[in-house]
Amino acid sequence: MVVKRQPKVLTGTYFKNGNWAMVEGAIASGIAEFFAYPISPASEIVEYVSYRLPAVGGKAAFIVEDEIASINMCIGASWAGSKVLTATSGPGFSLKQEGLGLAYMTETPLVCLNVQRGGPSTGLPTFSAQGDYMQVQFGSHGDYPVIALTPWSVQECFVLTIEAFNISERLRTPVIILADGEVSRMMEQVTIPKEEEIEVINRKGPKQGIDKTKFKQFDASDQEDLVPPMAHFGEGYKIFGTGLTHTEDGIPKLDEDLHIELIDRIYKKVEINSHLYPEAHTYMVDDAEIVIISTGISARASLEAVLEAREEGIKVGLFRPITVWPFPRDEFEPLAKKADLIVVEMSMGQLIWPVERYARKECTLVKRIGGTPPDPKNILKAIKKLAKK
Amino acid sequence: MAEQSKKIDKSTIIEKPIKEFQHPQESLLRKKAIPTIYCPGCGIGTTINAFLEAISKYCQIPHDQIFVVSGIGCTGRASGYVNLDGFHAIHGRAIPFASGVEIAKPPMKPVIISGDGDLFSIGLGHFAHAARRNIDMTVICVNNAIYGLTGGQDAPTTPVGAKSRTTPYGKISFPFNLSHIAIANGATFCARYTVYEYVQLSKAIARGMNHQGFSFIEVISNCHVHFGRRNNLGDAIAMRQMFKKARKRMNEKDIGLDIHKTDIIFEAGKGFTKIPTGIFLEERDEPEEFSERIIDAYEFIK
Repeated sequence: MVVKRQPKVLTGTYFKNGNWAMVEGAIASGIAEFFAYPISPASEIVEYVSYRLPAVGGKAAFIVEDEIASINMCIGASWAGSKVLTATSGPGFSLKQEGLGLAYMTETPLVCLNVQRGGPSTGLPTFSAQGDYMQVQFGSHGDYPVIALTPWSVQECFVLTIEAFNISERLRTPVIILADGEVSRMMEQVTIPKEEEIEVINRKGPKQGIDKTKFKQFDASDQEDLVPPMAHFGEGYKIFGTGLTHTEDGIPKLDEDLHIELIDRIYKKVEINSHLYPEAHTYMVDDAEIVIISTGISARASLEAVLEAREEGIKVGLFRPITVWPFPRDEFEPLAKKADLIVVEMSMGQLIWPVERYARKECTLVKRIGGTPPDPKNILKAIKKLAKK
Repeated sequence: MAEQSKKIDKSTIIEKPIKEFQHPQESLLRKKAIPTIYCPGCGIGTTINAFLEAISKYCQIPHDQIFVVSGIGCTGRASGYVNLDGFHAIHGRAIPFASGVEIAKPPMKPVIISGDGDLFSIGLGHFAHAARRNIDMTVICVNNAIYGLTGGQDAPTTPVGAKSRTTPYGKISFPFNLSHIAIANGATFCARYTVYEYVQLSKAIARGMNHQGFSFIEVISNCHVHFGRRNNLGDAIAMRQMFKKARKRMNEKDIGLDIHKTDIIFEAGKGFTKIPTGIFLEERDEPEEFSERIIDAYEFIK
């Protein structure tokens, strides 16, 4: 099979969709393998990676037997030293949950693109939704901290995928991109910078020249950021990983204190490095009496409503968390104190849970399910209703 | 059989004090993880030992290139006791994990040591696809015909008529013939031995590992604690004696096209009466191993 070599970073300005941009982001980050199972509306990702990855010298892009295999192959390839990507949508993301749990427990860096579609079950396959927000954090059993990023434009699809890989490599944890069907398939302008302008971070390995027999794969005691350096298979460290509660060298040990210590560290690791996550996007919030909280495509509709309301003299602002998990509490709380809040989302109400929790008051919910984005008119109606009070 | 279980075989008692006892493969064991979870007399220990002997005695693959993956279950713990690169995957997903490593790092030699429930119940789909792709890996399946770790429920390998915790009146559905599945799905090397045939097992594992492609070694093992006890088959020694009587050596020529000749026969009350063992499928060169194919697949032009 003859393949024409392509450049790794396609510097330039394009008119493309979100799926394309996410793939370009992943390839610019230097992925070596991609394992996935086709599922709408993420199928385009699978198709485009299969075309691009071999041509930039990546080892393999594979459609594997099922979603469960794909996440487990990603974990395997990551432990062998590769940057890996998988992509899926609602039902596939549900199937991946146990594997993702393993990745959190074994501190495996990988990135999973989740293009949300209508659910539950098979739901609305080619339509859009924002109903996986809670599943991302609570889908797998047990306690684990999640980092999830949400793009609202094609440009952000590109930028956030690179961010996701950088965070994932730096913190040794899976990172989820929570796109929605609408953002992933709408076409707009996207600019890809030069290769040298893109910051790519790789995971830290064991110190050079240390005694290989004494290396511990999960030992973060001398690390300020609580991220243990990662050795890989075939490097002679004789590492061992397990989903069971484990000691610093990875040996399974079912011990109460050990479990508390391990899970605590994994949580702290995500907490103390929060400066690495993209900050929330705010628009006209300084003098706002009403603030809309929304992500992804709903935030675009909300922005439209904000602009219209401003024309009518209502002081409205937009708060858009880009890092949705962990919720940007520090940025949100000062806003919540001084304004009334409206949550706009494409679900029966999921984002509203952390919002109400951190605002400590009731908020208005503008929900929209059925596959199409919320109508700015409905949001405007909610704004006016609240402004009259 | 019932009488046998009551007698204590004195030859099995170790008279030497434990201090002097040294495992012949001590350097290959992860000492921090030991003691093992296995019951005394368990066939999984025999299998791990056969594997260690295979890599130290019969095959020349550098130990840094070998890594051991296992799933969940009694056998699932095997990877933790071996002092090589290893991973303890989630239930049924040892093969996809190993495939990921093999694709990312082709010089690595994955060895999967896992149980029949893990590989052929929850993980059957992955097994079939790995065999189809002919990924360069060696799958050692310890078949004890039962789910051991969870307390003795019936597995897809539990023979008809056998009693278990969940089939107290005898198993109704038919069991899998694991070697049949492997060959049918495209494995390029396939062997079966009982834990009684230790030397042959060890050599077969080495052959499987030297082979470039998907190799499958089925180990018929004794779970005397759950399977043996409920079916009145006696202790570990009695069960191995039963394997000795029941084994019937076969090779590729004997089997011919009728793979059903390799079916294991179990009779309620009597135990296993026929266990065909041997090399069921000699090493095949065709098709080429998967990661080689990936490397060869693309011819780049600038």
